[in-house]
Amino acid sequence: MKNIIIAWRNLWRKPWRTIITSGSIFFGVLLSSLMTSMQYGSYEAMISNVVQFYSGYMQIFTEEYHENKTINNTFVLSDSLESIIKNEKGITHYTPRLEYFSLASSEEITKGSVIIGIDPDGENKVTELKKWVKKGSFLNNNSTGVMVAVDLANYLKVDIGDTVVLYGQGYHGVMAAGVYPVSGILEFPSPELNKQFIYMTLKSGQELFSAPNRLSSVVLMVKDNYHMPPVLDNLKEEIKSPFMVMSWAELQPALVQMIDGDKAGGLFMKSLLYIIITFGILGTILMMVSERKRELGVMIAIGMQRTRLSMILFFETIFIGLIGAVSGIMVSIPLTYHFFRNPIPLTGDAARTMVDMGIEPFMYFSMQPDVFYTQAIIVFIITMVISIYPIIKSFSLKLTTALRA
Amino acid sequence: MNVIEIKSLTKIYNSSEVQVKAVNGIDINVKEGEFTAVVGPSGSGKTTFLNMLGGLDKPTSGEVKIGGVDIWSLTSRQLIDFRMNNIGFVFQSYNLIPVLTAGENVEFIMQLQGKPKKERAQRTKELLEAVGIGDRINSRPSKLSGGQQQRVAVARALASKPEFILADEPTANLDSKATTSLLELMSNMNKKYNTTFIFATHDQRVMDKARRIITIEDGKILKDEYFNRD
Repeated sequence: MKNIIIAWRNLWRKPWRTIITSGSIFFGVLLSSLMTSMQYGSYEAMISNVVQFYSGYMQIFTEEYHENKTINNTFVLSDSLESIIKNEKGITHYTPRLEYFSLASSEEITKGSVIIGIDPDGENKVTELKKWVKKGSFLNNNSTGVMVAVDLANYLKVDIGDTVVLYGQGYHGVMAAGVYPVSGILEFPSPELNKQFIYMTLKSGQELFSAPNRLSSVVLMVKDNYHMPPVLDNLKEEIKSPFMVMSWAELQPALVQMIDGDKAGGLFMKSLLYIIITFGILGTILMMVSERKRELGVMIAIGMQRTRLSMILFFETIFIGLIGAVSGIMVSIPLTYHFFRNPIPLTGDAARTMVDMGIEPFMYFSMQPDVFYTQAIIVFIITMVISIYPIIKSFSLKLTTALRA
Repeated sequence: MNVIEIKSLTKIYNSSEVQVKAVNGIDINVKEGEFTAVVGPSGSGKTTFLNMLGGLDKPTSGEVKIGGVDIWSLTSRQLIDFRMNNIGFVFQSYNLIPVLTAGENVEFIMQLQGKPKKERAQRTKELLEAVGIGDRINSRPSKLSGGQQQRVAVARALASKPEFILADEPTANLDSKATTSLLELMSNMNKKYNTTFIFATHDQRVMDKARRIITIEDGKILKDEYFNRD
């Protein structure tokens, strides 16, 4: 106990030096926490975007469909497969889809489009599709019409009440053709989706493609991305060939690569920040040891074992790190929480770029615990490494030289 | 009874060009309760001699026995413990631990010895009162005068109940009044506790109090004289 008291009092012999050194750690932790929180927040927004717009956190389909996305590789949802989904506690919602390509024609123009047969209620729970309805109404289970994405509708020059003709190839080469009234116009934040999507009920889609009861995929949702891995592991274990389950990350490798690339950039910035902090702490510790050489010599001379002396110096180093890290984390939590609740709105080109990417133009922040405890771990590791210096010094101190210092 | 037995004590410093014999084959015994001054000009080897005697600097050859124990045959850890239990140090610059109060400085060594709290508190109070600064028990060294700090240093040196106390130029930083007072104090402690004191000094006032004066020159004992001061 006395070691800790001496170490603590030693810190405050030169209060400004301790305050400045701990202050550098404080700001390092604060900036690093905010930067990490912002990074994680933007990843969460991107992932949530991808997940909520379309892919869901996970999808189940057949192995053949994964290799070759044709209507012939669709499947019928068996009771056993559905019970696996229902029994997995982490899954909050799931919804079936039948998705295939077709030509869409209006009076004058024809364009290739993606036809998606959905369960309106289920789909809305998963992707909140209803909120993208710009005109007209959202589908219900008895709807016979279609919802057309805005750019496609503009291209085809159709509006609510007009009809579109869909024709293409159905299940096992059967001719697929039908005439559908436009009951809704959808406007997504993503231009890619706006150019090609047509939604109809699952029943209508199965009829169009002559694929009764068949699905191209089942989309699964969990609470958030952090809850997905155990659910995915369980499903991968339970779902056997010819079916397979894939996560959004496996379905969207480009997004994962982009996040990884951005993480590497952030890591570089944080490394620079922590290198500066490291040298700040090291400078202070070097001074503290060097100017107390005689005092350390006296302590050993009067009977303090070098191990005990090194413990005092070790505690001093750890205390400096702790003061900075704890205060940094204590300030960064409420500050981050404020930005978490009130994301910073972006304007100008940055906002336009984000809208083009299909992301709402806000700078989001994350409140994931690892945003904060990672900083504490880093500072702890830095101070542990730096504390090696005074420990070595206390063991190598030559008494006669120290007492003359 | 001999507290200290020194045989053929030698310390040679090797520089790149020459060998310097700082202490050159000293043989000497010190009895319990002696009040001894080691004197000599600067560079005579008295501090090196005291350092080897106090287990702070390893001799090149020779033997230092304290209470029958050859201290330089001990391991580094054993030697630190030995110093703690058998040797008290009083330094020229007081060298108190600045973050501890006067009382804590005195108590600290007893804590290292593992003495119970009650005993530590009692002895700390007793020693600080004996050295005349019982009222400054809670003051940090920075709040004490040089003379008061050196009194705390004496109390700290006595705290572990050592075989003897080594004092290296203890009066060098003190004014005349503080020097007289400190010498009086150490002399009283010597008589009261029968503690052996060995000083390295240039100070005539210390020499005037010493009952034995060992004069060192060029690393050898030039004179070893006893005086009756009573």
